[in-house]
Order: sequence, then structure tokens, then C-alpha cells
Amino acid sequence: MKKFFSLGLVRGLLWQAVGTGIGVGIVTLIRVLMGLPAYKAEPATVFGALLGVFFFLAGVGAFTDWYKMAKGEEVEEMPDESHLGVMRYFGVSLDHKVIGIQYMVFSLILMSVGGMFALIFRTELAETGMQFLTLIEYNTLMSLHGIVMIVSILVGIAAIMNYTVPLLIGASDMAFPRLNAFSFWIAVPSGLVLLSSMFLGGFDTGWTGYPPLSVRAPLGMQMFFLGVALVGFTSILGSINIIATIIRLRAKGMTPFRMPIFIWAAIATSIISLTATQLIGLSFEMVMFQRLFGMGFFDPVKGGNPILFQHLFWFYSHPAVYVFVLPGLGIISELLPVFARKPLFGYKWVAMSSLGIALVGFLVWGHHMFTSGMAEYLRVPFMYSTLLVAIPTGVKFFSWVATLWRGKISFPVPMLFVLASIVVFLLGGLTGPPSATISTDLHLQDTYYIVGHFHDTLFGGFMFPFFAAVYYWFPKMTGRRLNEKLGKLHFWLVTPSFFVLSLWMMRIGLLGMRRRIADYDPALQFQTYHQVMTFTGYFIGLGVLVFIINLIWSAKKGEPATGNIWNSRSPEWQVPSPMPMHNYDRQFEVVGEPYDYGLPGSTYVKFEGE
Amino acid sequence: MKHFIIVAILVVIFTVLVYAGLNSIGLLPVQASAQAISIDNLFQIHIGLISFLFALIVVILVYSLIVFRRKKGETGDGAHIEGNTALEITWTLIPLLIVIFLAYVGAYSLGEVRRIDMTALQVKVTAGQWYWQFQYPEYGVTSTELYLPVNRQVDLQMSSIDVIHSFWVPEFRVKQDIVPGQVTELRITPNLIGNYKVLCAELCGASHAYMEGLVKVVELANFENWIAEQQATVDVDPVLQGQQLVQQYGCTTCHALDGSKKIGPSWKNLYESTVTLSDGSTIKADKAYLTSSILEPNLYVHEGFPSNVMPSFSEILDQTQVESIVAFIESLK
Repeated sequence: MKKFFSLGLVRGLLWQAVGTGIGVGIVTLIRVLMGLPAYKAEPATVFGALLGVFFFLAGVGAFTDWYKMAKGEEVEEMPDESHLGVMRYFGVSLDHKVIGIQYMVFSLILMSVGGMFALIFRTELAETGMQFLTLIEYNTLMSLHGIVMIVSILVGIAAIMNYTVPLLIGASDMAFPRLNAFSFWIAVPSGLVLLSSMFLGGFDTGWTGYPPLSVRAPLGMQMFFLGVALVGFTSILGSINIIATIIRLRAKGMTPFRMPIFIWAAIATSIISLTATQLIGLSFEMVMFQRLFGMGFFDPVKGGNPILFQHLFWFYSHPAVYVFVLPGLGIISELLPVFARKPLFGYKWVAMSSLGIALVGFLVWGHHMFTSGMAEYLRVPFMYSTLLVAIPTGVKFFSWVATLWRGKISFPVPMLFVLASIVVFLLGGLTGPPSATISTDLHLQDTYYIVGHFHDTLFGGFMFPFFAAVYYWFPKMTGRRLNEKLGKLHFWLVTPSFFVLSLWMMRIGLLGMRRRIADYDPALQFQTYHQVMTFTGYFIGLGVLVFIINLIWSAKKGEPATGNIWNSRSPEWQVPSPMPMHNYDRQFEVVGEPYDYGLPGSTYVKFEGE
Repeated sequence: MKHFIIVAILVVIFTVLVYAGLNSIGLLPVQASAQAISIDNLFQIHIGLISFLFALIVVILVYSLIVFRRKKGETGDGAHIEGNTALEITWTLIPLLIVIFLAYVGAYSLGEVRRIDMTALQVKVTAGQWYWQFQYPEYGVTSTELYLPVNRQVDLQMSSIDVIHSFWVPEFRVKQDIVPGQVTELRITPNLIGNYKVLCAELCGASHAYMEGLVKVVELANFENWIAEQQATVDVDPVLQGQQLVQQYGCTTCHALDGSKKIGPSWKNLYESTVTLSDGSTIKADKAYLTSSILEPNLYVHEGFPSNVMPSFSEILDQTQVESIVAFIESLK
């Protein structure tokens, strides 16, 4: 029992409960002192939830070392945590590999929860009319599916970047290990705040939270805003860490164009999260303040403007899509050469295309607002900038197929997911231009076509590459490989189903199915489509379940794989798995190109003393 | 060289197949406006480009996977090709040209869609949770159905009384959000007689899915007849007036008139009945109760129904109108 309470996570949760209670108490006390009616749910809950998050962080121990430093006490630079065993994963650890796995598990939990929400409302959609959900329950589930998946993706890319970046560049850890732990741990209580919206009346605005609807929504809305604003710190602080680590801690000889290609993707994605995430937090806080204090930012009666919110919101939320997909595209570029046994075609062009996508991505947010009622003259310039994204994206596709051309291609599970990523992301990419040229978008905006388009983008750009990365690096984490048979089952359950699902979404969208509706007109004859889509949804869910079972089973009983099982040139595979506590026992120097497969006698890295 | 020729032939065949396939399944709804013609032409260009680019990447990909796969017992690596600058420049510049072309035809198409006819029929659209209302200022007519004469441009001047809504008739293709605090404009030239539905395309709360209205495109003569009929029926009977208001404001989206349970309680036999509230207490559904339920819906919440769903009508209806609606409910006894 004592051992149970010594777990950071358990302590954090208890402290969060206490902190929330104190917050509610403080607001109530202030109101009493001011002579107001003692209890008002909204301010009390918002302040309580905010305080609860900080109490969680204090309880879990995320501030401990900083507090010691402030007092002038010594803190251990690289503590040896090996005596803690598996308990390391339940409390504050400074090891980037532990944090990476913590992120991964948290991402999978959120992904399962968000996926479950989708399955529930997809079942409701299988028939016209309302079956077992009320309208507000439907809207809450649909909105939470969106935002929980988005948080799961942000946490998922943090998982991959945290685990791999120091390994790929030969660093013993991230540049700021304590900040790294803090970035992870703030996501946990914030995630709980976000999910608590379900029990506080829900919210019916979708993940976009547009006012004035979000100003009128139930209390759950505030928990959504607060949870997302706080989880944003994971992105902002995490990206500072990634950028600093990559700039400062690369191995000797690793010049920018000799970095593994994934590092370029990590840099590009971090530039966006570091500079754009603030805008979504800001826009959400403004609505919170409008609700709490009557500040009329978006209220036309008080001189505000509802469209202003959309500008602020999409200024982050469009680049965010590139935050989600750039690491995934980096994984595709990183893994393709290994399984095609050929150099990555046009390395510098692929590297620059990541930066190109990141930078152009800042100038395109207006395409979400072609029908919004913003100034009409803005529409054509935003069309041009949006279509420009096609060029760096095209470079990636052409480079990938050119990498495969004349290779010696083999098909283990990670490669299967990489190939599926390419085709799915291609569908996502090709269905983009019709929604970029304004007049066609006037038809497509806010329909299932858009839903299908971005599910393709996110499955091809994140979900499938994430699966590929986990299959690829799992042996590095555990010293065992994931079961290939279960992996193939996972692949074949998910991939064909997903194609049907997303293509059907786009099909009914073109024919007139609106987004975010709890019920649809039987006269449209969409019921069969929806039933097929619900079935495919269940197959995808089943596939992910197989994946999770595989992860748990293989971690204990999987086939041992301590060597370079993929025959990769990358430094982390030149040392035995699992990786030791502080990474490389011997430093390495970069002496060649990263992807010179097929060039006899060449190596990428040379270890000290070799 | 052999590989390139085979791939080129396959790309051509596959492009044609995808293009023909996409065009044969009927991708879009009926085309019922002049704007839809221009938009569908642009869709056609997109479908061509998508077919070609999809075929290009997928054919090379699948061909490589089959021809360049690792055969049983084979060891060693693929060809050591690091890149090709000329090729990279080619596949940067050609897409750039395609992008410029697309943006040009896109802008041109937008110009066509937004072409203004000075003689357009004026209609004021009011959207609210969850109803559509159409006013014809030239004729002094207000309706919940949008009647439009065929082949004449209509200029919709749209405003919202509460949250953001969006006007969309899939057969007309064009869509425009309706934002509180400003007037947005949408111009449509219907060119096919028939019945359509206007759908709210921007999530606007619980009953968003049901925010639909009837759009009738009719011959000019029929339109004029309809206008004359509307002008003739100005009712003074409060029950009839209430009935009109109830339709106009979409009350029956949530409140059934026949005793069945919808989002809100049914009005059948409601008047003078005893209502159980969500806090367990009971109240008599008299005129005062009904009036307060219209003006401040969350004050007394009917047991078994959620609160915060119905908006307040205190700033939308005047006193006479509320009285008319109460009289209408009374008549349903």
C-alpha cells in the first residue's frame, strides 16, 4: 500500500483532487467576502480545475528539482534510476527514453478513448433517427473525439521525437531533462480536465469551439478550453527542448545535411509548435474570459467580432496539421531507405521540403474560412498560398517512389505501414486542391468530404507512420520484437477498412452529407453507406486492439531481438538493444552519409575505439 | 528503359480507368443553378488531375513493389542512386505551373460564381436556432419556405439572431456562413424547377441536424401567384397567427403537436395540465407558465428533458406574438 502511494502518478492524482477542492473553496470564499451568493459553478470549477493541474504537478514531483535549485541545493545531473525498475514509468523520470515511452502509452490511452467515442457515435449514425444518444450527447462525443484524437496525436509525435531524437543524433539525453519531464506531466492532468467536460454538461461546438455557440454552451465547454490551453504547454515546451537538443547536442561530424532525415522533420514541426500553439491557447482563453468576465471579444453587441476568433484559431490550427504530419512524413523518409536498401532519393530536397511545408503552412489559414464571411478580397490570395503547399509535398512523394525504384524491397510489418501511409497520405493530398480552389470549396466546406480528406491526411501523415515507428523501434525499447503475425493481422484489419471509410466519407460529402450532424435525412439514401462505414470503424478498432495486445504480450514474451534486426545504418542500431540508461557507452563520430545503402564499404558512424 | 515504357503505358491506362470510373458513379448532386455549372466545370478539371497524379504515384509504387522486391534467397542492397538534380527541378517546376494554372481557373470560376445581376430578386434571410425565415421586402411577404422564380438571380441578404449558421443547398453548390452582427450575401441563379432543401452547414447547437427548410424553384407565373396568396392571408385570429409564428420560428422541430416525444415536450393537451419539473415539484401549465417557458426556458425545466437546449425568445418575440403562441397551444387541448 505504501508502495502504491509512493508512485508519482498516484500522488499527483490525489493532489489534483485536493487542489481542485481548494480552488473551488477559494472562489466561494471570495464571493462570500464580497457579499455575493456563495456558490457559482462556472468560476469555481474553472479556478478549481486550474489549481488542480498545478497541484498535480507539485504532487507528482515535477517541481522538486527546480525548487531545490532555487534553494541553492545540489541536484544530480544524470541520476541513475535503474534501481526503480518498472516503477520509473509511473513517476517523474528524467530519462528521455522513459519519457518517450510514457508519452507513447498516454497517447495510446487517449487514442483508445477517442476512438471509442467515434465508435459510439458511428453506431448512432448507422440508422437515421436518434437511437440511443440524445442530441447533446452526440455532439459532446463528436467534439471530444476530435479534440482527444488531436491531443493523442500531439502526445504521439512527442513520444516518437522524445525517444528517437537523442538516439539518432548521439546525445545522452535531451538538452533540458527536467523541462522534458514537466512537458509530459502537464499533459496528464490537463487531459483529465479535458475529459471532465463530459461530466459537466458536455459541449456541443465541435473541437473548433466557435463563439457565439461556445459562449452559450454548458459548463463542459470551459473544461475543454482550459484542458486544451494547458496541454498546449506540452507542445511549446517540448519543441523548445527538441530544437535546443538538435542544435547543441549532435555527435561530432553530424553536419546539418548528414543528420538523419527524421531530425529535419522534428526541427520543422518544432518550429511550428513553438511559435503557433500560443494562438489557440489565446483564442480559447479569450472565450473563457468572455464567459467568466463578460469581456466582449467576440460579441458583436459589445463591439466584438465572431470572425476574429476564427482567424486566431486557424492561425494555429492549420499549421497544427503540419505539426501532426511532418514527423510522420519524416518517419516514412527515415524507414523507406532501410527496407528498400537504397539511399533516400534527393536527401537535401526532402529535408528542405519539410521546412518549406512548415513555413508556407503559416500563410494558408484563411482557406478554412472561405465561406465564413471574412473580407472577400482575402479569398484569392489564400487560395494561391494554399495551393503552394502542393509543391514541397509533391517533392516528398516523387522522392519516395524514386527511392523505391530499383531497390531491393522487403515487407516486414513496419514497411507495410510505411507503404500504406504513402497511399493514404496521397489520397489526403490529392483531395486537398478541390477544397483550395474557392468556388469548389463553397460546395465542399463543412461536409463529410472535408471529414474524409483530413482523416486521410491524419491517418496517412500520423496514424500509419506512428504504427510503423512503433513496430520499427519497439525492439530498441524492449530488446524484443513485436509479433509479426499479429502485426500483419493489425495491418490487414485497419488498412482496407480505412480506405473504404474515408472514400465513403468523401462520396457522401459530395452528395450532400453535412459535417457534425447527429441525424440525417432518410431521403438522401445514405443509410447503407453509413452502415458500411460503421462496420469499417469497428474493424479499425479491432485492429488497434490487436496492436495493443501485441505490445503488451511482446514486451514480456516477444522474440528476443538485441541486434540490428533491420540491418539499418542508423547509430542506435549499431549497439545492442535495449538501449542502456544514458544511451551510448562510447561516443560516435559521423563519417559518412546516413543512407548510403548499396555503397560497399561505407558506414554512417564510427564508434570511439573502433 | 524497358521499365520506363511499361510504367508509362500503365500510367496512361490507369489514369483513363480512374477518370472514367469517377465520372461514371455520379459524384455530385443534381445541378440546379447557374453557379453550379461553373463550379462543376472546375470539379471536372480537378477530377482529371487527381486521376493522373494518383495513377502516376500508385503505378510507380506498385510496379516497384512487384518488380524490385527482394526475391527469395537474395542478399545485398539496391542500386546506389543518391538523387538527380534535374529530376528534382522538373518535379518542382511542373507542379508549380499546375498550381498557377489551377489558381487562375479557380479565381476565374469564383468571378463567375460571384457575378452580380442588378435586377436580382431581393430576399432577406434570417437564421436562428433552429429555423429559417425568408422575407421578400419588395412584396411585404414573410415565409418559412423559400420560393424562387426559375432563371432569375436571387440576392440573399442574410443575418443571424444568435450563433453562426450557414446557408447551403447542395444542388446550388454555393454556401455562405451567416454571422451574428453582420449581413452576409449569397447570390444564386436557380435554373431547374424542383423542390430542394436548405441545410444549415455550420454546427449551431443541439438540433443543428434538423435545421432544414424547403426551397421551391418554380415558374415565374407560379411565383407571382404564391406571392399574391401570401399577401392575402394576413390573419387576425390569434390562434392562426400563433400557428404561423410556430412554423416560422421552427418551434415544431422540437415540440410535437400530436403527443409524441421530440427534443422538447409535446404541446398536445399541455394547457392546464399538471407538469412535473426536473427538481421534482409540480406546476400547472397555465398562461403564466407557458409565457415564462417561452421567454425564459431554463426557469422551469420539464422533467425528462434537458435544460439549456431551448434559446430564450424574450428578445425575438413581442408580447402579442407570445400571446398568440400561447393561444395556439391552448387550442391544442
